[in-house]
This record gives sequence, C-alpha cells and structure tokens, in this order.
Amino acid sequence: MAIIKLPERKITDLKDVCKSFNNEKGELINVLHKAQGIFGYLPAEVQEVIAKELNLPVAHVYGVVTFYSFFTMTPKGEHPISVCLGTACYVRGSEKVLEEFKRLLKIQVGQTTADGKFSLSCLRCVGACGLAPVVMVGEKVYGRVSPDGVKDIVEEFNN
Amino acid sequence: MKQKQLRIALRNCGVIDPERIEDYIAKDGYLALGKVLTELTPEATIEIIKKSGLRGRGGGGFPTGLKWEITRKVHGDQKYVVCNADEGDPGAFMDRSVLEGDPHSVLEAMAINGYCTGASKGLVYIRAEYPLAIERLKIAMKQAREYGFLGDQILGTGFCFDIEIRYGAGAFVCGEETALIHSMEGLRGEPTVKPPFPSESGYLGKPSNVNNVETYANIPVIINKGADWFASIGSAKSKGTKVFALAGKINNVGLVEVPMGTTLREVIYEIGGGIRDGKAFKAAQTGGPSGGCLTVKHLDIPIDYDNLIAAGSMMGSGGMIVMDEDDCMVAIAKFYLEFTVEESCGKCSPCRIGNKRLFEILEKITQGNGILEDLDKLKNLGKVIIDTSLCGLGQSSPNPVLSTLDNFYDEYIDHVTYKKCKSKVCKSLMTYIIDEEKCIGCTLCARNCPVNAISGERKQAHYIDPEKCIKCGACMEKCKFNAIFIN
Repeated sequence: MAIIKLPERKITDLKDVCKSFNNEKGELINVLHKAQGIFGYLPAEVQEVIAKELNLPVAHVYGVVTFYSFFTMTPKGEHPISVCLGTACYVRGSEKVLEEFKRLLKIQVGQTTADGKFSLSCLRCVGACGLAPVVMVGEKVYGRVSPDGVKDIVEEFNN
Repeated sequence: MKQKQLRIALRNCGVIDPERIEDYIAKDGYLALGKVLTELTPEATIEIIKKSGLRGRGGGGFPTGLKWEITRKVHGDQKYVVCNADEGDPGAFMDRSVLEGDPHSVLEAMAINGYCTGASKGLVYIRAEYPLAIERLKIAMKQAREYGFLGDQILGTGFCFDIEIRYGAGAFVCGEETALIHSMEGLRGEPTVKPPFPSESGYLGKPSNVNNVETYANIPVIINKGADWFASIGSAKSKGTKVFALAGKINNVGLVEVPMGTTLREVIYEIGGGIRDGKAFKAAQTGGPSGGCLTVKHLDIPIDYDNLIAAGSMMGSGGMIVMDEDDCMVAIAKFYLEFTVEESCGKCSPCRIGNKRLFEILEKITQGNGILEDLDKLKNLGKVIIDTSLCGLGQSSPNPVLSTLDNFYDEYIDHVTYKKCKSKVCKSLMTYIIDEEKCIGCTLCARNCPVNAISGERKQAHYIDPEKCIKCGACMEKCKFNAIFIN
C-alpha cells in the first residue's frame, strides 16, 4: 500500500484531540469519530498516530476501525451518497434506486467516481422510515426517491 | 371513532419545545425526580416500578423493576446507569423520536434510576447516525445541570448524578447489552456470555443497569401517576403502552403508541388506514431481523410480549413493517439474512458460519436452483443456530426464515418445485415474453433494451432472447401496447 504523507497541521489537530480525551484507551471510538471528521477517512497512517497517542497496539485500533461500519479506510467522494437499505426502504423499492445510482455514476457500492465527486454506499436505516425510500447526500436527506428521481439528485450536485 | 392511541412514552413529543427545559417542567417535568429524592426511599421507588409491571421496551421484555433491584443489591464502589440508544433495528425509530422530542424525560428517568441503584454516573450510548438526537441531548444535559437536576447535590439533597454521551459507530450487534458495554469501553462490540449480567459486572467491570430509551421515557409518568394507574393499562402480563414504527405498504406511516393488547387489525386498518393502493394484506414483520412475520390469521390476536412469541415472532424494539401481495416472502427472508450475515460480529461460529449457509440456501432457492431437501436444511440449521449462538443476535437471526417457512410454506414450494415466484420479485424465476397478438413492431422495446436481447423486423412481432435478457423490465415499462408480460 502506498504510504500517504499526512499534513503536519492535521496531525497536530489529531494529537490535540487525543489529548482532549486525556489519551485514554477507553476513548478510542470517540477519538476515531473526531479523526474521521478531520481527515474524512481513517487510513493506516492515521491509525498509527492514534495507536501511539493512546498507547495501544495498531492492530487493536485496526480491529476497531474495521469492526464498525461507520468508519472507513477509503476516502469518500466530495458528495457521499448513501442509499438506505433498511426494511421499510427495501419494501418500498430502494434496491431499484441503488441500481440507478450505480448505472448513472458507473460505480459500485463502496467506490468513488474518478473525479472524486461522488461515492456510493448503503446504510441501514436513518430512522426516517416514513419517507421511504430514503437517500442521503452528505447531510441532506431525500425522501420518497424513485429511480426516475435519481438523475435530478445527481444533477443538483453536478453544477 | 374511538381513540385507539394512548401516548405515554411519546406524551411530550411534538407538544413541547425539546430545546427548552421550561417547557418540560411545565409538563410536570422533573416532578418525579423531586418526589423520589425527597419523599421516597430507593426501595420504595423500585417497589413502584415493580408493581407497575413495566417490562423492558428494547425487545427482551425483562421486568424493569426487577433489573433495578438486582443492580441495587450488588455491591460495588461505583455503579453505572446506561441508556441504550443504539437503535439498530432497521425500520424502528421510536427512540430517535423520544430523544429528539423529549430528551429530558430520559435524563430524569436515568437520574431516578441512579438514585435507586446507587449509581452516580450515567452513560447514554447513542448511534452516530442520529446527529439531531445527539444535539438535543447535549442541550438538555446542559440545561438540566444549570437547573440543578444533574450534577452535585441535586435539588439540595445529597444525591449526585451526572451523565455522559458515548457514540456508537454503526454495528447492529451493539444493541446487545454486553456488546454495547464493550463498545463503550472503546473495544470491538462483541458480546460475552451471560452470566455475569451487566447488573453484576458491566461497564469497566462495575455493576451497570442497562435500559432502553422507551423504557426510561415511561418512568417519570409511572412515578407521578402511580403504579396502579400504569398497571391498569395493557394486557394481563404486559402493562402500559408500546410504540410501534409503522412502515412499509401502509397508508399512514409513522409512530403509533397503543395500549398493550391492541390487535394487529386495529393497528393496521384503523390507525394505519389500511394497505396502500387497496392491495391485500399479506404479512407484518415485527421485531426486525430478529422477529418473524404475522399473517392474516394473526390479525386478531392482542399484541403483547407473550402473544407475539407464541405466534413465532417477537416484540423487538417495535418496528412493524407491513407487506402486501406484491412482496415475496422468500426474498424478504433472504433480505433479513443478508442483514444478519453482514452484522454478525463473527465471534461465535454458529452465527458467523450458520447464517451465511442459511443465506446461501435462500439465494439458491430464489435463483431457481433449490431442491425440496433445502427446506428441511433451512429448518434444521435454523434451530441449531438458535440453540447454540452466543448472544441474542444469533439466537434470533433464523426467526425470519423459520417464521416464513411456517406461514408461507407454499411460497417456498412454488420457488423450489415449480420454479415460480408469484409475487414477481425473484428475477431468476421470471421470463419476459412479448405477446405476438399485441405487438405492432414499433421497435421501441428493442431500442431501449440495454443488452440487445430483443430482435424483430419493423412492423412485425418482436422476440426476447431469454438467454440474453437480464430482466431489467425496461421493455415492459416502455411498451405502449401492454404487449410484454411476465411469465
């Protein structure tokens, strides 16, 4: 795997985060949340810094990162698209919506478009089942999305 | 029409401004905490909760008062009160509504719990997917501290109690209490064998009382209105109300709170307004990926913990997904299994490997390669997984398969023996055919076919090559003459 050079400023930020949690091992998940906020994702290099700061084996940090679906080791697109595949959305046809995103963006789930603009992922329930099927782009929630409506959502962010 | 709904847990949601503690106080907020701290002993308070008959709303249905009593009796220099707000069941969103609409009720109940069990610290474990709920909870905690409802010397008494937030990171298994505790400790959220129960050895090895959001939301009302009032609502063994998240193919989608013992028919037809587009009701899945489906024959049973288990489902957190005649139950079972396979933590092999095998058999069936023997295999393997898995996830994950096998055996037979999916969901079992009588040869379908599977001369009937067809349905959507149908 290619080694990524992390910007010094962000590393300092990360160390400050660890310090704000008193470098306690038990705060690992809180630290990872903040770290993902700083870097956008959690590459091996970030995990090494955290392991050192919290005095944990890197393998332990890696174990936790890969256990939870909220953490990602690949960078997401500028506009991360998440299609809800919770039961309510599934019953209302979210699979077809997902297929349409795949077709339109020409990427698979977990991938990012070549221009880095969009990434596609699935999630399990945002608790907005009344609006099923639900799609999230960044923090914005789109409800009652039909396969035909997918094009409009993508275009909204393409301009 | 008689009022079917009764709001206890959701009493303040949508009524008060959740970001103003004054609103909550005006609705008798923190009155119960005051009463408990100044008039009642911890034992007397636990007695009220026990007498009310309140059972855990997270799914298990364990008597809440009894849990508190056990935690109280265990010796420990430090004890913890934990709120399980890791609402991972897809299709359930009542905990989010309570936290967003009435966060103080949960804080108040946790403080009462702290007083009863002898804990000075509370922890809320909440999903990171709920940013608004987290925000409101933080605001509520700050206000409660300013008013002296949290912190040192609460309401001038010697009781000290404060609350912290811990974030989940997207793992369904963390709703299981031992897994949740490991996650709060910064570890992988893997469960451990019970006993010891968290009430004996929980967070950091200390006695911890874990309750769900909705359970807590009931506590202040029970203290204020009394155990007898609460016990007068509901059925013989399940007291009070339950919030259900009604979703799927139903007209009125959303949260409903009904007394225990309300029938499924009342929930679906009277409150839910019936099935969408006038279609026929087929099943309602309760309990999410751990539950089972209720069918037409279950419409008139009173819903409570015990009746749902007797019907082969479970209460779970209260998700209720309604399905109509267009849903294929084999595909639904496969959908749930896919979820479980992904969310299994992998610690014990029955769950890790067994569910994967169940999923593979279901996939084989939906692809039209199933044999009758597979149905027996599903049943036997499912039972083994239930009997031998370590935690609640594995012990309930085969339920959707077993319950659809019980209730919709003929649908499985259709898939296996006749290679047919009557609901037209399982793509491998469908063939798109052009009706030669109706086709006028406009070539529209051929031009829209993404894989060029349609051939035919202009103004003559066309033909779909089943070998090439990927069953996307584009031709059928485009055809203006209804000449294409599914066999």
